[in-house]
Order: sequence, then C-alpha cells, then structure tokens
Amino acid sequence: MNWHAVKAIYRFEMARTFRTLGQSIAAPVMTTSLYFVVFGSAIGSRIESVGGVPYGAFIVPGLIMLSVLTESISNGSFGIYMPKWAGTIYELLSAPVSTPEILMGYVGAAATKSVMIGLIILATSTFFVPLQVLHPGWMLCFLLLTSFTFSLFGFMLGIWADSWEKLNIVPMLVVTPLTFLGGSFYSIDMLPPVWRTVTLFNPVVYLISGFRWSFHGTGDVSLATSLAFILGFLALCLALTSLMIRRGWRLRH
Amino acid sequence: MDTILSIQSLGKTYASGHQALKSVSLDIRRGEIFALLGPNGAGKTTLIGITCGLVNPTAGRVLADGHDVVRDYRKARATIGLVPQELTTDAFETVWATVNLSRGLFGCGRDEAHLERVLKSLSLWEKRDAKIMTLSGGMKRRVLIAKALSHNPRILFLDEPSAGVDVELRRDMWEVVRRLRDDGVTIILTTHYIEEAEEMADRIGIINHGELVLVEDKASLIHKLGKRQLTLHLGAPLEAVPASLADLGLMLGAGGLSLVYGYDNAGGRERIAGLLRAVNEAGLDFRDLETSQSSLEEIFVSLVRTPR
Ligand SMILES: Nc1ncnc2c1ncn2[C@@H]1O[C@H](COP(=O)(O)OP(=O)(O)O)[C@@H](O)[C@H]1O
Ligand SMILES: [Mg+2]
Repeated sequence: MNWHAVKAIYRFEMARTFRTLGQSIAAPVMTTSLYFVVFGSAIGSRIESVGGVPYGAFIVPGLIMLSVLTESISNGSFGIYMPKWAGTIYELLSAPVSTPEILMGYVGAAATKSVMIGLIILATSTFFVPLQVLHPGWMLCFLLLTSFTFSLFGFMLGIWADSWEKLNIVPMLVVTPLTFLGGSFYSIDMLPPVWRTVTLFNPVVYLISGFRWSFHGTGDVSLATSLAFILGFLALCLALTSLMIRRGWRLRH
Repeated sequence: MDTILSIQSLGKTYASGHQALKSVSLDIRRGEIFALLGPNGAGKTTLIGITCGLVNPTAGRVLADGHDVVRDYRKARATIGLVPQELTTDAFETVWATVNLSRGLFGCGRDEAHLERVLKSLSLWEKRDAKIMTLSGGMKRRVLIAKALSHNPRILFLDEPSAGVDVELRRDMWEVVRRLRDDGVTIILTTHYIEEAEEMADRIGIINHGELVLVEDKASLIHKLGKRQLTLHLGAPLEAVPASLADLGLMLGAGGLSLVYGYDNAGGRERIAGLLRAVNEAGLDFRDLETSQSSLEEIFVSLVRTPR
C-alpha cells in the first residue's frame, strides 16, 4: 500500500476544500434555512404531523440528504475532473498508485467534505425545529455511507465528463428530481397507490428512508432494505470505478 | 553496458487508427544524457507517455530498471520522474504544496530538507509560498522539474524542456541537467532545438514518423555524417574551373572568386594535400582558405527530409 500517496492526495484535496470552505458551506446552509422557513414554518404549521413527527422535524433528514447527495456528487466529480481538465492528471497517472489508493485519497476527501456539510446543516436545523436523533450511531453510519457512495458516483461522473456542461447536467437533470421525488418532503404513504409503486424504483427513497429512521424511528421501507440498497449501490460503484481506472477509460490514450 | 531503460519493439496505434510508433527498440544506458530528436508528430511524446504510464502501448514492452512498466508499474514508476511537454500546473496551489503532493504520490515520506535543496537548485526557494499562477512560464517549467525531482528519480524525462523558455533560462536548465547527471541520474530529453542536443547529449536518437532512424554517440554521429567543405578564396575571379583541375571534384564558388571542395569525415580528406599542390601548380593565386563542418542541425534536416 502506498499510504504516503493516499495521505498526500487527501491532504491536498482537503486543503482546497478548506480554502473554499466559506462558499462551500454558505450555499447549502442558506438553501436549507430557506426550506425550513418556507416548508417548516410557513407551510408546515398548517400540515399535521407525519406519523407522529411534527412536519418541521420530519423534513430534516430529507433536507440533509438533499444537500449531502448534491455535494457528494459535485465534490467527487470536481476532484478528478479538474486535474483532467487542467492536464495535471499526468502526474497521478505516472505515479505508483493503485486504484484503491486513488479512491481513498480523492473520494475520501470528497466524502469528508459532504459529511461536514451534512453535520453543519443538522446543526443549523436545530435553530428552526426541536430535533431528536433516536439512533445517532446509525445516523452517522448512513451519513458516511451515503457520502462515500455518492462521492464515488461523482468520481465516475468526473472521469466520464469531457466538458463542464456534462459535469453539471447529471446532478441537475437526474439527482435533484430523484431527491425531490424521493420523499424529502413527504412520506410515500401520502402518495396514491400507483405513485407509491413507481416511487419504489427511485433509489433515493431508500437512502432517505433509512436516514429518517435513524432520526425518528420510522421509515418508508425497513432499515435492512435501506442498508442493503446503499451497500449494493456502493459495491456497484466500486466495481465500475475500479474497472474504469484499471482500463484507463477516458484517462489514458 | 548497463541498461537502465529498455524499450522493446514498442508500438502504438491510437484509437483514431493513427500509428504513432512502429516497433521502436532502444536501450538507454545508466547515467547518460540521451536526446531524442525529431520533428513535430514524430512520436516522441507518445514514447515517453508509454514509459511513464500515460499511454497504453499496443505492442512491445518497456523495462525501467528491470521492471515492466505495465505489469510491475509500482516499482517501475517509482524510479521515473517526468517533466511533461505542456505547462500543466495546479494554478491555485503554492509551489510548496505542489511539490509535497508529488513527493507523496511517488510513495515518499515528507522530507523538507530534500525539497528545500531541490527548490534552491532551481532558484525557486524564494517562491515556495507563491501561487503557481503568479509565476512566469520559465518558472512554471522549473516547478514541473521540481515536482519530477521531488522523489529522487533515477530516470528523468524532459519532454521539450526548452519550449517557451528564454535563452538565459535555457542555459540555467542545462546546468541543472548536468548536475543531475553528475549525481547519477539518467536523463532522456526530447527537443526541437538541435543545439540543445548538441550541447547536452551523450547520445542522440533521431525519430521520424514513429520510427527510430538512427541512434549514435553524439561525437561519432557528427564525425560520421558531418559534411566538411574546403573553400579557397581566390585573388582574381575565374570563368571556369581550369582544365588541369577538372578531375579533382572542385566547384566554382559565387562570382568565380572561390573554389569549393566537398568531402566528409569518412573519406576525401587524404586528397586535400594533392589538391592544394595541383592548385599551386595551376598558378592560381589563393588568398585564404577555410574549412567548415555541418552542424547536427544540417545532419538532422538531411535525415528527416530524405525520402525513405
Ligand atoms: N491521443 C491521441 N489520439 C490520436 N492521435 C494522437 C494522440 N496523441 C498523439 N497523436 C498523434 O500521434 C503522433 C505522434 O504524436 P506525439 O507523440 O505527440 O509526437 P511528438 O511528441 O514527437 O511531437 C502525431 O501524429 C499525433 O497527432
Ligand atoms: Mg511532443
């Protein structure tokens, strides 16, 4: 194992993160605060509680996931797309590093940033709603798993993309709708039966459900289903990324 | 002969179908400075790219210090440093951060003393905390060299190190390269600048259309292929070469004021004494005499222009 390389990449990426931390945190914190004001207080006060949980508190896990997913994908993709675009990737390709080392460095750093943002949003939410976290251990576990898995997904996106447009379009066209429709703002029980079935094909439902369970003890699907889904998606991403890097797809001519 | 880098029947056909390398074989000796000379598009960067892991070979293999660069890439790459052709730098990072990253990537622990030495040798120490985007082109090039040297490579590739660098800086860089060679680093550089190859290299390889046309010691290359020319400047113009000198291979120079005799190092030299005697006997009055030798540049141009 080339641990020096893992450390060097991680440090380098984190230094970039901290240099731009202000803007990285400001945007999600502000958006989330707006959601709380609009949905939590203004509209939420007219909505009865969902499954015994006040609406304001109900949407917290979904809102955190919304930011964590978006952040993970954008951090993960930016970390590798930037050197590819600037040409500095030559050094990574010529270095004695293996795929796991590259992933631990880049994806580890991207996920770290997402986790930090997730926790900051969680802290922000306590200003707006009284919050309980029934299973803090599971909450952290879901936060870490989701951050890493979707940073990895972003990493793949960064390797695939050959323009800034493509880099931005996937999160915008795919991830945002899936997250909105994944039960961030409602329990899927509230949907008509047909839509409930359709929704079960939306992967984000499983993420939000598990995460919400760690807060309130209830979710749309069981804990095991949520966990199995994330782990399965992680395994899929790992397999694909390894294949891409080993083949040098879009990296090596 | 101690070979540090062995390139064996290396071939590369890009996805576009373009054949950039056609079975190139080349052994680089430990400790030498090897110049790979060739026109644009000859395949120099491709050759370096395969050796360093940036390009997948489609045929053949490369051994760096005995390690296959594909199958045993960890050991192979740890011995190699690469200074790429393009000035690709992390614009927003400091010099210090970027050389530290390089050292770590190549599996070395932090060693501030070593990095300080490297930066000082490249006159970058004062700039260590400067953002790279604030540096001049020449300095960026030196940052790339510093990155490549951060892990003490035994083999250093310099892909067109002088491109976009002014004359003074070029001399500095040659000095750095010589010092590295004195430390036992093997250096392979590609260049358009013939004078660079002529000045620096121990051996020269000429590549054209993906094929290695020739590999020679620099001195013997110049010796073997160098065209020489003897020019006799005359006191009075001639209309034609006198009949008594017709068989000697003399040509009349511009305005009839000189006689020119071409020969090369391989032969023709021994006839010079007789030639001068004959000129004397013909009663020609020559005021001055000079000989000249073609440079590597002329050799190079004649080689790559010659239709194959
Ligand atoms: N990624 C690529 N895809 C297709 N053709 C390429 C690629 N890179 C280089 N080439 C072609 O291969 C040939 C050799 O290029 P290169 O090795 O860069 O030459 P040099 O460094 O000697 O100028 C050129 O004709 C170039 O256009
Ligand atoms: Mg080139």
